[in-house]
Amino acid sequence: MSSEAYHLAVLQVVVPLLSAPLIILLRPRGLAWAAATAASAMAFAVAVMLTAGVLSGIEYRYAVGGWPAPYGIEIRVDALTSVALLVVSGASLLALFAGRRSLDGDIDEARQPLFYGAWMLALAGLCGIVVSADAFNIFVFMEVSSLASYVLIAAGPNRRALAATFKYLVMGTIGATFYLIGVGLIYMMTGTLNLADMAQRISEVADQRPILAAGGFIIVGLALKAAVLPLHAWLPNAYTYAPHIVTVFLAACATKVQIYVMLRFDFLVFQGNLTDHDLQFSRFLMPLALLAIVLASGVAMMERNLKRLLAYSSVAQIGYIMLGTSLLSAAGLSAGIIHIFNHALAKGALFLAVAGLGMHYQGLRLDQLAGAAKRMPWTMAAFVLAGLSLIGLPGTAGFVSKWLLISAALAEGSLGIVLVAVVLLGSLMAVVYVWRVVEAAYFRAPQQAVADQREAPPMLLAATWAAVLANIYFGLQPGLPVQLSQAAAASLLQSLP
Amino acid sequence: METLELYNYWVFSILLMIGFYAVTAKLNLVKKLIGLSLFQSAVFLLYISMGPVEGGTAPIFHENASDKLLSNPLPSVLILTAIVVGISTLALGLAIIVRIKEAYGSIEENEIRELDRK
Repeated sequence: MSSEAYHLAVLQVVVPLLSAPLIILLRPRGLAWAAATAASAMAFAVAVMLTAGVLSGIEYRYAVGGWPAPYGIEIRVDALTSVALLVVSGASLLALFAGRRSLDGDIDEARQPLFYGAWMLALAGLCGIVVSADAFNIFVFMEVSSLASYVLIAAGPNRRALAATFKYLVMGTIGATFYLIGVGLIYMMTGTLNLADMAQRISEVADQRPILAAGGFIIVGLALKAAVLPLHAWLPNAYTYAPHIVTVFLAACATKVQIYVMLRFDFLVFQGNLTDHDLQFSRFLMPLALLAIVLASGVAMMERNLKRLLAYSSVAQIGYIMLGTSLLSAAGLSAGIIHIFNHALAKGALFLAVAGLGMHYQGLRLDQLAGAAKRMPWTMAAFVLAGLSLIGLPGTAGFVSKWLLISAALAEGSLGIVLVAVVLLGSLMAVVYVWRVVEAAYFRAPQQAVADQREAPPMLLAATWAAVLANIYFGLQPGLPVQLSQAAAASLLQSLP
Repeated sequence: METLELYNYWVFSILLMIGFYAVTAKLNLVKKLIGLSLFQSAVFLLYISMGPVEGGTAPIFHENASDKLLSNPLPSVLILTAIVVGISTLALGLAIIVRIKEAYGSIEENEIRELDRK
């Protein structure tokens, strides 16, 4: 590869990281917004170039500061990384492009450059987690992105955003600290922090207890940050009270990045090295995933606040991803990975539509939304189409991942029948909670007469429809994400005997 | 007494548990944060106790370094980063508490929950 292409991998982090301090200084706020959007667009362009490179067979390995791999910090990009990079930078670009007017209602003008600066730090942290191949570096980037996203969530207009942020801060820090303990225990046993090096050296000490404890600490810590069901308590309020565009960004990628790290660790480092590891990973996570699908969908069916309804639906969708990966087969893994991509598309589009609704409806309770379809027909139409993708109707992106998940589950024999039943039950429950929104918006009379027919601002609407059309495009032409996720699953399962 | 020789790990785990208890059981937000800080400090001790090599000296400049046994400096360097992260988290948490106090007029978790219910 040429020397320019060699530097692409590190640019993914450097561009947003360096633009953050610049953006803080920019006045007026329109300039700060433009710079943040441009930096996101550049990060997305880099992600696309990296994906193209990965598809043509290049594996990017970058030695930061010129120090070679086992001692220096390494940055690596492969198929799994490129899926996550596309999701993170794409979500940031779309949310920033759409969110300028929506944000005016949430944050006063003078503080907006600071907000965009924090946004860039969150983006840099999330990209950094994804590209770095060094366990300790992942921790540092994890904290960079977490601290920045606490700031973003606390910017919400309702004072409850503060209480939600505090809860997220406490639980997020505990999760990251657990991860740090696990990494420390592995370092103690192997003397290395590079993931690939770790995977090789760990086999000599794999049967010893510190490694087992390290596995537990790392998985629990990451599960806490990824909101896997019993550890999801911070998520609903954080998503509900954050400014709308922050919810778009975080719901599309923040928890998925943690799942990504979990997959990296579990399949590259532990799987194949720890005795009975499949038992410890899959037999614990599968029941939790099933519970997440059923319980969180159930709560979403009862929920009265639109944003919180979608937040609980996110917890359920994380269940689908975990279910796919806990099957420990190539088909299951690639179904889980493609659901990371497809769910980001569907949830991103849904929360963009919510951001549009939020410009006219303050509380976003379902009974307040009565008659919203008359007032904002385009926004609601986008919401319905994205909702269909969330349910998994054929022709949408959500269908592709559910289809792959079901066929992977059926390959498991009699257990698979139960899993398929739960997946179908979860989809039915999704029909119910999406329908409740549709019913309120389309079939209930508005509380007061509709005087003006005001749509969402054009840029927000354009971004919403771009996301919806992407849902349909990747539902009809799933070639790219399927190819990437299969390559990713194959590389994750390499270390299996 | 082998158990006592590992005293640094005992200190680590006891401190970790004290911190975790304070985070989960205390209702006052500042006390919660202090617990969180303790929880993180325990991990610093874990990392620092990885470094020393038996009979090794500090890994700084020596005249004839080749025949000296040196301790591993890397864990201390790593944990320096984690300490910075811990301070940032604590500072951000305290800043949020200040704003919670302004918005709710209280920093007791149960009172905040009561106010939210209204």
